[in-house]
Amino acid sequence: MLSALVLIPAAAAVLCFFIRTDALRRALLLGAAVAHAALSLSTWFRAPGDAWNGTLRLDAIGQPFLTVLSALFLAATVYAVGYLRRESPGEREDFLEGFRFTNAPEAVFTGCLLFFLSTMTLVLLSENLALLWIAIEATTLSSAPLIYFHRHHRSLEATWKYLMICSVGIGLALLGIFFLAVAASAAFGGSIPLSVHALCERAAGLHAPWLKAAFIFLLVGYGTKMGLAPLHTWLPDAHSEAPSVVSALLSGALLNCAYVGILRIDQICVAAGLGPYAQGFFVWFGLVSIGIAAAFLLAQRDYKRLLAYSSVEHMGILALGLGLGGTAAFGALLHAVNHSFTKAMLFLLAGNILTVYRTKSAPEVRGVLRRIPVTGVLWLAGLLAITGSPPFGTFVSELLILRGALDQGRFWIAGLYLALLTVIFIGMAATMTRMAQGVAPQIPGATPRREESLAIGPPIALGVVALVLGIYLPPSLDAVLHRAAQALGAG
Amino acid sequence: MRVLLDTLMVLLVFTNLRLLGLSRLSASIRTVAAQGVLLGLIALAAHVGPWNARILLIAAAGIGIKGVAFPLLLRRGLRAARIRREAEPFVGYIPSVLAGVAAFVLSLGIAARLPLPGTPVSDLIVPTALTTMLVGLLLIVSRKKALSQALGYLVFENGIYVFGVGVAYEASALVEMGVLLDVFVGVFVMGIIMFHISREFDSIDTTHLATLKE
Repeated sequence: MLSALVLIPAAAAVLCFFIRTDALRRALLLGAAVAHAALSLSTWFRAPGDAWNGTLRLDAIGQPFLTVLSALFLAATVYAVGYLRRESPGEREDFLEGFRFTNAPEAVFTGCLLFFLSTMTLVLLSENLALLWIAIEATTLSSAPLIYFHRHHRSLEATWKYLMICSVGIGLALLGIFFLAVAASAAFGGSIPLSVHALCERAAGLHAPWLKAAFIFLLVGYGTKMGLAPLHTWLPDAHSEAPSVVSALLSGALLNCAYVGILRIDQICVAAGLGPYAQGFFVWFGLVSIGIAAAFLLAQRDYKRLLAYSSVEHMGILALGLGLGGTAAFGALLHAVNHSFTKAMLFLLAGNILTVYRTKSAPEVRGVLRRIPVTGVLWLAGLLAITGSPPFGTFVSELLILRGALDQGRFWIAGLYLALLTVIFIGMAATMTRMAQGVAPQIPGATPRREESLAIGPPIALGVVALVLGIYLPPSLDAVLHRAAQALGAG
Repeated sequence: MRVLLDTLMVLLVFTNLRLLGLSRLSASIRTVAAQGVLLGLIALAAHVGPWNARILLIAAAGIGIKGVAFPLLLRRGLRAARIRREAEPFVGYIPSVLAGVAAFVLSLGIAARLPLPGTPVSDLIVPTALTTMLVGLLLIVSRKKALSQALGYLVFENGIYVFGVGVAYEASALVEMGVLLDVFVGVFVMGIIMFHISREFDSIDTTHLATLKE
């Protein structure tokens, strides 16, 4: 069952490179996404057993993230089918600088998209830290060609940065794993299993200085991938140059995978009694990320970069919640779920705006509400959701994190957190409402057309989930998130 | 065995310093190839007890991938890009070598403060691994050509590999194979992107990649 979740998309990806007709390949993409979603939905009804000698295991931390991944991928796939249909093959003009460029072959795009799904699933299911590392590295490699879908110099630059920065990050994480093996060598003697479960069980015997060093290297390594400031430099470039559907997956699903990598090492630190040590780092990384994101959001003119910096902010919130512990740790896990749906919706909408207005510059976009009304309304709803306004799910989770800080009497952190969130709200609202209102300019060469159902259906679905999670939290999800928070030492 | 291992480590540090002072890219590739062979030998020399299939496989894969496959791939990239040397790096060659020496001293200091539990096969493992990593990072940030940066990434990975075979020798062979394979694919993808950079700009100078910023 668990191996099917990993292998079905991988097999479909391989097939993609051999299929000649676009329609058949798109059908295969859709089929694999549906199968993946059905399988991960079924895990809520019947707990799946371990696979691959216990290296694949679905636990309370993996389950919510797996469901989010499946749902997002399904939405992105539906959107991608419409997107690929619009992106006719052949040369086209770059609307920023006016040169001609082509797209990567569609087979490469679809194949890499499916490999990306397979590797992200592997990250979430890995019980073994080494396998987790291999999977995270594989997510970088399978997503790099996706960022370089539009073959021109800007996306090339973004891809090169992404590859270099994330590869170095992942290298540091590997060193962290070796440090962990050194820390464990005293407790385990001959053979050192890198299984999270086994390491947690015998955590008391781990050599503390080496475990601390391992934690730092893993945090920095996976933190690079997660986009924690000041290691986030690849993120705005990659998100703004990749096709919007890829940005949605990078922000909504990939960053979560890196977060899970960090949660695993945190689990071991908590079991070894080093929880407070780890939490100190999380609080700092969290606050710095929110602060840097706020600074760059305010002056941001490119609306896709705006959303990318908002992701840096939300990753900071996730780290902060984890660092505060208790209620806030539960809030952080819930926030990860909420953020994924909201941000994926916004990136898909940004794609719709980009298609019609042919510019990424926010000041040049006016009157989205009149020109493409459904996208416009969702865009404003998304603004409320991403800034944590009621009645959306993000409001609940951001409030839980605030309550966590207040409960512990850490008023400075609570105050700073609130102040930064307010600044971010003002920055995002100013740009995004201005885009929605006003009269749309005449764009030469663009014919007004009705919004396609494939372009607005997926964001509507994602938006509904983001809204419902704010009003009603399903008891099963609540229970799983509580168990996950418990595994992270927040009782 | 210990003397042999220490000699290999010292040789590895020398290749690092040599890399920092080289301007001809083909010579740099040859030096990285030599590093790959040294790594395979270090894996053998650092192994405690009789050789088994596992350690032989790791050493062979190390030499095969890092000593032969990567250099061949990079050489092809070099020929496609029609360049010979790293012109005007951000940091000059002599300051780079001095920085390399400083990195070695720093690594010795760190290693002294973080002793390995138990009896390590050699006291030089941690400083050598750290120096190699730092030199790799230095190459990545101080060089302009995409190929030099990819070489830097390889050197960085080599440092991690030294630590892996020298200290964490008990992780399973499958994991190490997976790691090698990942690095292999990583360099392959970098090679493809490099090819595109050279086609797009008629050079693999990454200073062309400077459009995206705030």
